[in-house]
Amino acid sequence: MDYEDHGTRSPALSVHGLSKRFGDRVAFEDISFEVGIGEVFGFLGPNGAGKTTTVRTLGTLIAPTSGSAVVAGIPLTPENAARIRRRISIMPESPGLYLRLSVAENLECFADLYQVSNPRERMEGALKAVNLADRAQDVCASLSKGMRQRVALARALLGDPQILFLDEPTAGLDPVAARDVHELIDRLRRRGVTVFLTTHRLEEAERLCDHVAILNTTLRTIGRPDELRDRLFAKTLAVTTRAPLPDPGRVFAGLPAVERWHPDGGCAYRLTVTDPAVAAPAATRALVAAGADVLSISPSNHSLEDVYLRLVGADAPAGAGEEAGER
Amino acid sequence: MSVSIRRIRAIVRKELREYRRTPSIVVAMGIIPLIFLVQPLVVVFGLPASSSGQLAHAHVLLYLLGIPALTPVLIAAYAVVGERRQDTLEPVLATPVLREEFLLGKALAALVPSAAVAYTVYALCIVFVALFADPAVASALLRWPQILAQVLFTPLIAAWSIWVGMAISAKAGDIRVAQQLGMLAGIPMIALTSLTALDVIHPTLGRALGLAAVLLLLDALGWRIVSAAFDRERLITGTR
Repeated sequence: MDYEDHGTRSPALSVHGLSKRFGDRVAFEDISFEVGIGEVFGFLGPNGAGKTTTVRTLGTLIAPTSGSAVVAGIPLTPENAARIRRRISIMPESPGLYLRLSVAENLECFADLYQVSNPRERMEGALKAVNLADRAQDVCASLSKGMRQRVALARALLGDPQILFLDEPTAGLDPVAARDVHELIDRLRRRGVTVFLTTHRLEEAERLCDHVAILNTTLRTIGRPDELRDRLFAKTLAVTTRAPLPDPGRVFAGLPAVERWHPDGGCAYRLTVTDPAVAAPAATRALVAAGADVLSISPSNHSLEDVYLRLVGADAPAGAGEEAGER
Repeated sequence: MSVSIRRIRAIVRKELREYRRTPSIVVAMGIIPLIFLVQPLVVVFGLPASSSGQLAHAHVLLYLLGIPALTPVLIAAYAVVGERRQDTLEPVLATPVLREEFLLGKALAALVPSAAVAYTVYALCIVFVALFADPAVASALLRWPQILAQVLFTPLIAAWSIWVGMAISAKAGDIRVAQQLGMLAGIPMIALTSLTALDVIHPTLGRALGLAAVLLLLDALGWRIVSAAFDRERLITGTR
């Protein structure tokens, strides 16, 4: 990896106050974040939130209205556009293959556009990575949607990018094909490739991403998925006993790391805690000492979806990005 | 970053492969030249030997310059809007390809088959006239200045048609509309070649050189116009 000027410890992607407007319509506004080298960075948001426009802007396809960014160690300016494009790859949501050409002919064209050395080996390697090595001579029009998506992924790998922008890479794929893509992203991460992943699949983001950002024209939040959960939702323990406790206040009051409690219906209780690892054993001991039959004690399990819905659910969908070709 | 021959070649090769496999383009590239070939041959084969004297002032075969005026427009008009409609433009523009490389690749890919078809049809026409027309008529028609004019003007006219077609293609939102507008834009050039063939515009060496200079200028101007019309952002987002 050759990250110019900033040494190997500088981020792969650094964005400061970036905005894009189409006339008086705002696609995204004042977004700032950094993505480390070799990270998988999830970019989430509803339709029209500005995700695709952000990818296109960072990929030098469209110019930002204001703000600055450094992409793969190169400042994002019109003069640097071609140099940046040599270090990145973008896989748009629509595969955009030449359907009358074969898989190999499609890849050959892009290998030449990226001016890769030993193109034949690179094409074979890319096809092998997406499990399509035996389909090289197939005409793209004859491939299923999932296969086309994988050819587009192989095409994005040809240039050996430092940053790979994947726009909804598993949209329309069956679960097996989606799992293959996830494994490929994992392999790329291990090779030190930075992956910028826009997705609607929150479980995909939760499973793959080191950090996620939630965008709805403006950046709503950014962090590790577990950080976001902790930031938005209080940590709780769900306690279930065989019979209602005669005096639950006496059992739960004063336990270490337990801030408060409330009944959760019947034999269930919810404890708000500061540290589940401390509170759970203490609560177990207290319940046993009180003679209660404990059926379960489990920490709250808020998903990234809960975070997303909390942040975005109440918003009206943004429109500028959608009108500008945002998917 | 400097212009890369490899990237231009990649665009040309991809385009030629696509054209070969697009029936509408293959058919159009075959039918239009045939129409242009048949009309002068019908006229020439019907001429008696006695008309050879009058033919000294006729330039029937210059009519064939309509082929390079019309056929490349069909391809060029498809070049940009065709990619947009297929969603293939964004992946290409996301590579390190420069605007100049993309446009030159597209233009060359339109020029090569168009010029090849135009020259082939002209060669066929010469062979048919030489073999089947009355010998006196044939010797009156097949004059070196006309053959030279055909050879020299074919690429100049084709290049102009290509730039016009690509300028329309870069602005249009629909392939058919782009091709129809391209055909309309080719009419003045066809009118010029037809009027010359009919000797309404009498071709002289001075006029030929003047026209060549104008075409060269128009070709350079066309390149600039197409470059200016090629706006990555508008082509990808459909805005601005």
